[in-house]
Amino acid sequence: MSETTTAPTTNGHAPAAAGAGRAPLRWEYSPAPESTGHVRLRERYGHFIGGEFVEPADGAYAPTVNPATEEPLAEVAQAGKADVARAVAAARAAQAGWAALPGLERGKYVFRIARLIQERARELAIVETLDGGKPIKESRDLDIPLAAAHFFYYAGWADKLSYALPGPGAITPRGVVGQVVPWNFPLLMAAWKLAPALATGNTAVLKPADTTPLTALLLAEILQEADLPPGVVNILPGDGRAGAALVRAEGIDKVAFTGSTAVGREIQAALAGKDIGLTLELGGKSANIVFEDAALDQAVEGIVQGIFFNQGHVCCAGSRLLVQESVAEQVVDRLWARMQTLRVGDPLDKNTDVGAINSAAQLARIGELVGAGVEEGAGLRQVACALPEKGFWFAPALFTEASPAHRISREEIFGPVLAITTFRTHAEAVEKANNSNYGLAAGIWTDKGSKAFEVAAQLQAGVVWQNTYNHFDPTAAFGGFKESGFGREGGAAGLRPYVRQEA
Amino acid sequence: MRVAVAKTYKLYVGGAFVRSESGRHDVVEGTNVPRGSRKDVRDAVKAARKAQAGWARKTAYNRGQVLYRAAEALEARAGELAAPADVGAAVDLLVHYAGWTDKLHAVLGTINPVAAPFLSLSTPEPTGVVAVLCGADDALAQVVGALAAPLAAGNAVVVALPERAPLAGLDLGEVLGVSDVPGGVVNLLSGRAAELVPALAAHRDVNAILDATNDPALAVDVDTLASESLKRVIRGDQSPLQRLEALTELRTVWHPIGA
Amino acid sequence: MSPTRTLPHVDRVGIQERVDALAKRSIKGDAKREGLLLAISMLDLTTLEGADTPGKVRQLAAKAVTPSPAYPEVPSCAAVCVYPTMVRAACDAVAGSGVHVASVATGFPAGQTPLATRLEEVRLAVADGADEIDMVISRDAYLSGDDARVSDEIEQIKEACGDAHLKVILETVELGSYDHIRHASMLAMDAGADFIKTSTGKAAEGATPGVILVMLEAIRDYAQRTGRVVGMKPAGGVSTSKAALGVLVLVKETLGDAWLTPDLLRIGASSVLNDLLLQYAKTETGRYGRAEDFSKE
Repeated sequence: MSETTTAPTTNGHAPAAAGAGRAPLRWEYSPAPESTGHVRLRERYGHFIGGEFVEPADGAYAPTVNPATEEPLAEVAQAGKADVARAVAAARAAQAGWAALPGLERGKYVFRIARLIQERARELAIVETLDGGKPIKESRDLDIPLAAAHFFYYAGWADKLSYALPGPGAITPRGVVGQVVPWNFPLLMAAWKLAPALATGNTAVLKPADTTPLTALLLAEILQEADLPPGVVNILPGDGRAGAALVRAEGIDKVAFTGSTAVGREIQAALAGKDIGLTLELGGKSANIVFEDAALDQAVEGIVQGIFFNQGHVCCAGSRLLVQESVAEQVVDRLWARMQTLRVGDPLDKNTDVGAINSAAQLARIGELVGAGVEEGAGLRQVACALPEKGFWFAPALFTEASPAHRISREEIFGPVLAITTFRTHAEAVEKANNSNYGLAAGIWTDKGSKAFEVAAQLQAGVVWQNTYNHFDPTAAFGGFKESGFGREGGAAGLRPYVRQEA
Repeated sequence: MRVAVAKTYKLYVGGAFVRSESGRHDVVEGTNVPRGSRKDVRDAVKAARKAQAGWARKTAYNRGQVLYRAAEALEARAGELAAPADVGAAVDLLVHYAGWTDKLHAVLGTINPVAAPFLSLSTPEPTGVVAVLCGADDALAQVVGALAAPLAAGNAVVVALPERAPLAGLDLGEVLGVSDVPGGVVNLLSGRAAELVPALAAHRDVNAILDATNDPALAVDVDTLASESLKRVIRGDQSPLQRLEALTELRTVWHPIGA
Repeated sequence: MSPTRTLPHVDRVGIQERVDALAKRSIKGDAKREGLLLAISMLDLTTLEGADTPGKVRQLAAKAVTPSPAYPEVPSCAAVCVYPTMVRAACDAVAGSGVHVASVATGFPAGQTPLATRLEEVRLAVADGADEIDMVISRDAYLSGDDARVSDEIEQIKEACGDAHLKVILETVELGSYDHIRHASMLAMDAGADFIKTSTGKAAEGATPGVILVMLEAIRDYAQRTGRVVGMKPAGGVSTSKAALGVLVLVKETLGDAWLTPDLLRIGASSVLNDLLLQYAKTETGRYGRAEDFSKE
């Protein structure tokens, strides 16, 4: 049902006299900006190597920009090969000592990091929003708390590894790990990488994404506050070249990468023949499947959460809606009506639901694919909303007649764009959902538990959400099937890639 | 010269510091210490039962954070409650168990590959109210180690503190009181084992007993009383996981898989 | 034997998440000021005590008509809500002000009296001047699965109301689940309710945000299906300005701004009025207030 624009009629009740009954009005939310006055960013940030902030080897700095305003936030060092080598050496020097610590003591360092993140939570959330463009309510309520929770969770495994990794053989850390994280959940992805690595006795070199280095650099300050032994974690901001150099560097024992499938393939090729552990968390084109016996309003919320959360910049985004044909019209109508209430705008406003697109480059990619969808005749509908003049923005959109063959049904858009396709039976839904080279996540909406479990058992997806979407927890393993990557993060399973265990 | 303010030691029951309802005391470690009675046991068990469901309903993460906060609060008082090494060991035990709360299910729980189209899972649930019996001269670390295990698993506890060394345990109440531990989840009773232990072992609303007294004669009495209501009894030197397992009940649930 | 009921599907966890998300809306500045005044204009200022007397009701009515002489721009409340024996005193007290008189009836709050007496109670209240009737559904019928009797009683009570407007109280805390709340909402609307109301305010729990959202979704879908617009009244538990503004947010984001009028949205409360006034005063003066800044009655 679309939003009413005409006043509804009451049912025969006499209108009240003046004072008691007021005419309907428009009640608009006033701006509710998060106050940022207490946040102090440095003018420039060096690399974090051996426990200190240091100048880059070749002196290169680049600005990091607020995608909502296009204003620069700080100058950040850019890593080259020499910086990478220096960081790897620092990590190597620290590794034996770190691994030799009793598990409980190592765990206590990681607990400290968790607590310090909690103490500086507000500041971290604001910086995450400034640097990346996501709504403050998301960085405040999801990114930062979950990052702290990951450190807290893995801290507790440090002295319990034999329970997580049963077997008679000795468990040893891999050594020095090279980790490259993306721009969509900068601090959270850093936590997903660092926490299990540290708990198991590895030391790390982390390269944050080029458009979002700031929270990783604040994390570096937190590591100093936690008195983490120098060299245990090294943080090297930089662009794709820095990441490429890191994963290929001499002295790296294991690589963990979250990013695009295309780059994931390159990394796997580059490591061919080397005995270097590799885990990849790549792209997706996940199906959100709505059955006719779903709780429809909650399913609509789940669809919205699935694709408009974080502007759709989510590897496991429910970017394909597979809706049972018998309820398709109803679901699309409710969804369209619901989309009208999405508030797109200033990410620092506490009432903003959809923030800025992370960069001009990403905006262009989204535009290109959406253009293809229009040409393919997939039926574009886009919410009409006022968008700020400066910054990178894309209003939430859906394609109502996407066919499985269309590009927009097959390629990852990584933006607030939903492709909608119908199905008739649950078998057809499963077939369509699995008909992809990706296999990261899926959603199933039905009130019938046995159906939910049967469909889940047939989906080639590493994460299946039943009657919910985009829920994450440090205890629950996350990762993909097929070309969405391999290896798992979260849970006891998340420890395994970071250790070797004798046979 | 400044006159010092002497401390009054009290029981810790239902989140409050109370005198023994019997009004009696013993002189232990040179100071007056409440002599807990069976009515104090009754009140403590009642408080524990009332608090247990809420404690179990908290997320495992939350329980872990509470235990970690207790560790933080205890660390701050090293050297005051007991010797620094003893406090350090107690803190480490709290940290260790704080890290168990959200891992218990992964280690003790299972998905059961039953030979029929059902999803079958087994999860460890807290047993309920656990009585913890301490040895007469136990150090703080031993007391903490004994009560942290049931707590981590979501139980509420009533502790019979070491008869001859109760002061550190009573002070622990102050630490817990500032640590977001909900009132009633931990109850600390000082007094004579001969009075407290039978009262706890016979109380029908206690689900399990963690007997850390190392007293074989007492063991017979405890086991006999426990048998009246089929309490689970754990004693002996066990690993943390063995204690956690003994203080949980495995619940298996089946659900059909079939559209 | 009545046919087995088919319950609609409402996912409790999903509802709670939506409600939690909407609870994060930050209402500041003009939005807050306007919202507070709007909420005041929607109050059914209520007294339902064994100890109520005409004197007490007169004082409540005066407060409903002019909540604060110090701030004359503050509107009157929508209605006063009283027991049937107090209707006449209430009508006399609000005469000429535009404030409605709502009477609870039908054996409020439990409803466990014979239908004949419940109908008579309604007629008498209306005859005394009540222009709104707040009835309770028969939970004994509902919980034993007798939807037909629940509906039939509402229809008869609606008829007994004559021109008075009928609010149907579901007593949501007793119904057991959100599926039931949605089902009961639909039953009530199909049977002719002008408003559906969450609670009597006398049970263990009143209008929680989750319950309100479920009912608003039912109202929206019913309007879509039939074209008839039914109003919403949360009652019980809306005791702070924050909660009242939260109701406005829920309604705005589920039904739209057009529903933000006392003709379609009421809040059944008593103590919240002073919190609304205190918050309003703070928006004007910038100072945190104290209870004595406004009359209690």
